[in-house]
Amino acid sequence: MRRFAAPSLSFGFVTVFLSVVAALPLAALVWSSTKGGASGFWATVSAPEAVAALELTLAVAAIAAVTNAVLGTVTAWVLVRDDFPGKSLVNAVVDLPFALPTVVAGLILLTFYGPRSPVGVHAAFTRTAVWLALLFVTLPFVVRTVQPVLIELDVEMEEAARSLGAGRLAVFRRIVLPNILPGILSGLTMAFARAVGEIGSIVLISGNLPFRTEVASVFIFNQIQSGNPHGAAALAVVLLAISFAVLLGVGGVRRFATRHERG
Amino acid sequence: MGKFALRGVALFYLAAILLAPLGLVVWHTFRYDAHDAWIALTDHNTLHAFQMTLIAVGISVPLNAVFGIAVALAIVRGRFPGKGLLNAFVDLPLALSPVVVGVALFLLYGRTGWLSGFHVLFSLPAIVLASIFVSLPFVAREVVPTLREVGDEQEQAAHTLGASPWQTFWRVTLPSIRWAVVYGVVLTTARCLGEYGAVAVVSGNIEGKTQTATLAVQDAYENLDHAGAYAISLALALIAVVVLVVMTAVRPREGH
Repeated sequence: MRRFAAPSLSFGFVTVFLSVVAALPLAALVWSSTKGGASGFWATVSAPEAVAALELTLAVAAIAAVTNAVLGTVTAWVLVRDDFPGKSLVNAVVDLPFALPTVVAGLILLTFYGPRSPVGVHAAFTRTAVWLALLFVTLPFVVRTVQPVLIELDVEMEEAARSLGAGRLAVFRRIVLPNILPGILSGLTMAFARAVGEIGSIVLISGNLPFRTEVASVFIFNQIQSGNPHGAAALAVVLLAISFAVLLGVGGVRRFATRHERG
Repeated sequence: MGKFALRGVALFYLAAILLAPLGLVVWHTFRYDAHDAWIALTDHNTLHAFQMTLIAVGISVPLNAVFGIAVALAIVRGRFPGKGLLNAFVDLPLALSPVVVGVALFLLYGRTGWLSGFHVLFSLPAIVLASIFVSLPFVAREVVPTLREVGDEQEQAAHTLGASPWQTFWRVTLPSIRWAVVYGVVLTTARCLGEYGAVAVVSGNIEGKTQTATLAVQDAYENLDHAGAYAISLALALIAVVVLVVMTAVRPREGH
């Protein structure tokens, strides 16, 4: 039987478009990073300022992702199981970081948590500011991966456990958590990847101080600005490798989560 | 009690991170700087920056919509070697730093790059290429699950009844995925409007020439033109709110 023909038609377009738009630039990036040889590459990525930027980025991104894993799960829980006036508005607001330009996010955080803070929290130009910016931009990820799982989750299971004498905490730990854990993990991983690559929301609030608040993306950007594209390429390839690893990780979580369905 | 504690935690967190900072900026702009804001917004260079952003959006979004639908069809309906690889590659921009995207384009089209002859760098085409790259996955990611869910029985039926592939696509496939496409297009638009990192690398950020709206925000703030920075930010935030409203309106229709 002849299958629907559009796939073969679209396949050519997809291949050409993807090659020109994405694959070719990435190939040029990897190619450029190898121009100085293995030793040149290593010298660039192991330079103290690059290492400091990369360490800061990975550490703060991890902390922000975990923070949002916890608070995002709480938020998803409240949005599904709780009921209060204005809930649908709160639900819509969660998507704000996806809609708002990151530079604008950085500016409004700087206004609220900067020198003229109305709540007296002056975090600008510190590592806390980087953390705040990353919390903002990665906020929706865990909420939006956990929420649909919680909606689908059968409340009767929990009621049965309660009637058999399980405490509230036991019900959460033994029944709810195992079900939403894959959602939490895949949301956390995507949030982490997003945080590692973030620049727009950080650039104004962090002050970009080398060894203090300069993240990897800003470091790479500064390398380009100061006329060192091959230095930028080397660290960019490191970030590219991290992105690939994270995507593989997310794929692994998804396969693990659907292992029962596939039999 | 536990219920209220959790509600309190969630609402306090959203207020502290999202709503209070945004509210303060809105209040500040209207309370103190409304007049300055208007002057800043109608400035020639600001208008030009918005124009650049809108042109980039206008070119990138339709291209990515067509690409997204095509790649979703290839992933869901097609059978070919390397499909898993294609799937992972389409998702890559979601996990990749926009600065890395910018550097990749910079090295491809730069002075010593393979395609240096095109003179794309520091001009509108570079901004468009960067916008397309960073917003590549959004339509596909919305359409793929919907396409899986609706199955291909109706397409098979249309084919059996003598419809051509094009007719089948326009009359059967597209209507069943239209809300997913709309949602993906909204996300793509938001991403292109707000793009900063990749555009900052490849545009050259020349005021009145290759400066986009988000670059203008940063430029204004760093040149101590705070009224200008807030005014452009607020205009962008207003667009974001419109995007949010459309997202909320479209979301419940998903899966129908």
